[in-house]
Amino acid sequence: MHSLENMRLQFREAYNETKKQARVIVGLGTCGIAAGGNKIWDQVGSYIQTCGLDIDMMSTGCIGMCYAEPLMEIHLPDQPRFIYGNLDPEAAVAVLKRHIEEDKITPEYILAQDPRGFTAAANIDQLHDTPFYRGQSKNVLGRCGIIDPEQIVHYIAFDGYGALEKALSAMTPLQVIQEISRAGLRGRGGGGFPTGRKWEAAHNSPGSKKYVVCNADEGDPGAFMDRSILEGDPHELLEGMAICGYAIGADEGYIYVRAEYPLAIKRLQKAINEAEGMGILGNNILGSGFDFRIQIVAGAGAFVCGEETALMHSIEGQRGMPRVRPPYPAQSGLWGKPTNINNVETYANIPGIIRQGADWFASMGSENSKGSKIFALTGKINRTGLAEVPIGVSLRDIVFTVGGGVQNQKKYKAVQIGGPSGGCIPEEFLDTPVDYDSLLELGAMMGSGGLVVMDEDTCMVDVARYFLHFTQEESCGKCIPCREGTMRMLQILEKICAGQGTPEDLDTLESLCRVVQSTSLCGLGQSAPNPVQATLRYFRSEYEAHIYDKKCPAGVCADLLDITIDAGKCKGCTLCIDVCPTGAISGERKTPHKIDAALCIKCQACIVKCKFGAIAAG
Amino acid sequence: MCNCNEMIPDMRYAALEKMLGKYQGSTGKIIPVLQETQEIFGYIPEEAIKTIAAALKIPSSEVFGVATFYGLFHLEARGQNIIRVCTGTACHVQGSGKVLEAFKNALDLAPGTMTTADLQFTVEPVACLGACGMAPVIMINEDAYGRINPDDVPKILAHYQEKDDKERCIA
Repeated sequence: MHSLENMRLQFREAYNETKKQARVIVGLGTCGIAAGGNKIWDQVGSYIQTCGLDIDMMSTGCIGMCYAEPLMEIHLPDQPRFIYGNLDPEAAVAVLKRHIEEDKITPEYILAQDPRGFTAAANIDQLHDTPFYRGQSKNVLGRCGIIDPEQIVHYIAFDGYGALEKALSAMTPLQVIQEISRAGLRGRGGGGFPTGRKWEAAHNSPGSKKYVVCNADEGDPGAFMDRSILEGDPHELLEGMAICGYAIGADEGYIYVRAEYPLAIKRLQKAINEAEGMGILGNNILGSGFDFRIQIVAGAGAFVCGEETALMHSIEGQRGMPRVRPPYPAQSGLWGKPTNINNVETYANIPGIIRQGADWFASMGSENSKGSKIFALTGKINRTGLAEVPIGVSLRDIVFTVGGGVQNQKKYKAVQIGGPSGGCIPEEFLDTPVDYDSLLELGAMMGSGGLVVMDEDTCMVDVARYFLHFTQEESCGKCIPCREGTMRMLQILEKICAGQGTPEDLDTLESLCRVVQSTSLCGLGQSAPNPVQATLRYFRSEYEAHIYDKKCPAGVCADLLDITIDAGKCKGCTLCIDVCPTGAISGERKTPHKIDAALCIKCQACIVKCKFGAIAAG
Repeated sequence: MCNCNEMIPDMRYAALEKMLGKYQGSTGKIIPVLQETQEIFGYIPEEAIKTIAAALKIPSSEVFGVATFYGLFHLEARGQNIIRVCTGTACHVQGSGKVLEAFKNALDLAPGTMTTADLQFTVEPVACLGACGMAPVIMINEDAYGRINPDDVPKILAHYQEKDDKERCIA
């Protein structure tokens, strides 16, 4: 078998050589692009070209600091890497100019520096000491934002494909499985099933044709961990899948990616092509005799396809409907053959475990949940982004230390974890360690790792209605409890939000929850009641305010709002009159205005427009 | 007046036949076939479903069943520009509902319709686009925009309306 080691040393040297070259790096994951990263890339590029500067440009995936996108890094020879954020194209050029011509940092835009072995500049935070980074342990995301995801040589330079080499040359398939079992890795897609046990079952299934499937149908609203891996370090996934193929005896792999991730699909395809070109995927990998190919299948927009049996039906080209298990995919999966199916983050954990050993992995995490987990921090939180932390840290640490607390000094109300299958966790449980089992006890679940922070302005009945609307639309319709039950629950929640709820509604809702939970066919239906149960458990008073007082305490449910103008504060500027779509506001210039409640549709456009804070909803 | 509108359908069906040639005899390819069909037509016309069924030697009902199951397949003509408004959780709590309303108002869409009468724009609420850190997020065609506020909507739309006018001028 031939080794990649010489090549790796060469690539490593070439990469280190680039440290001697001036370089500008722009973060171009989907987050970066949405914030305008492409425009920065273009403008900075044309500046470098017109001025004839000797500066390389490179793009990377997400380094997790979505809150400060668009980001740009400047690396000069023998200097730390400086990370600038919150840029616009003009500012980016000005920052660069100042940095290279005057050797000065622009304080308004500098976020942090990473000394990378050189002398650090004074008075600038070091990246790994910033509150956002300090509590993190970047294992899976270690290379994201550092390497160019479209260059396999970068991946190889940073130990990439070393684990595959090790598995193929020095380990038997059973040894690989034992290592994964010993590490205690559990599925990162939601359920938390032990990965080693899953692999063992697929390994033990008789048959010469087996498949490895990667679930990259990241459908939980509020989650983008997998997208960041796919866009920022696609080879890590390919390596994990190839190791799995070796372990269970499969020669073919499928990655089922949602079609909403076009950039991820493009980068994955490029990664597969490059790996095949170097003999790391395909026939007789690295001369070991092991064959493994990977194909991408683009999803077509159905949340239920995140369920493993539905996903396999979809790859087969059918309607993506789940079926009863057993048989489990390990016995009869894709096209009836034994199949191992894991999600992106699970496979991406594999290379690290094989390379650094099960003990290293098991040294992180809590008793029954090992390793680190990536969370997507979103919602009303100061530092939105991606954070990889050891499992078992408290929610408080994640939300308040890493995430910097709630936006605009508002009061924390809850964090929603686990997407439409998860629950909300209120203030009093913020010190709970985040691991699979503790979250289940609280009526939530780890899910894929989306954490949406909600503040005092979020209505929890509206949140439950939002999730039910989602699951009801995404229910595939195969089994009745899910198809009809979610519909009825949604109707009740809509009624409550509209101010027409009755006390019996809460009892009906609770009994529907129990029926849908215990009788639905797949995880989608079984977990659909979770957001309702969790909000009823912790925020029952909000439901009651909607039902008995006909009030929405958070001021969200439009039908329960009264929009009023404070005559003392109103200056009579007429701005609200102009913006009102229904002509409900009237009044002469410089005299207090009035709202006609019969015409008002409670769109709150006037509240946004008023400069004097004279209009309020309550 | 030019008669290009009458020419285009034939060319599209020729493209469909050509594409189906690649999939002759393969199984389990309904989804990629429908995806490519949608690229050709912009949606999936009834006629195309029959053509696909005949080429793949499966009942039309099976093709129809798959086409209606998945959210990304459309059975009605859509606008040239597709505005996807993310309605994921993060976007929801950051006010994506108001952004969606702003687009509908700016495009003067009648209740219950999502496509403008001149087939220039379709507005689509979609499940999470996965850029939650930038919430609320929208995508117009392949361009993503983050941290949108309802007031930004006319400005963003103007950019595409101008482009359309130019494209029409060239034609």
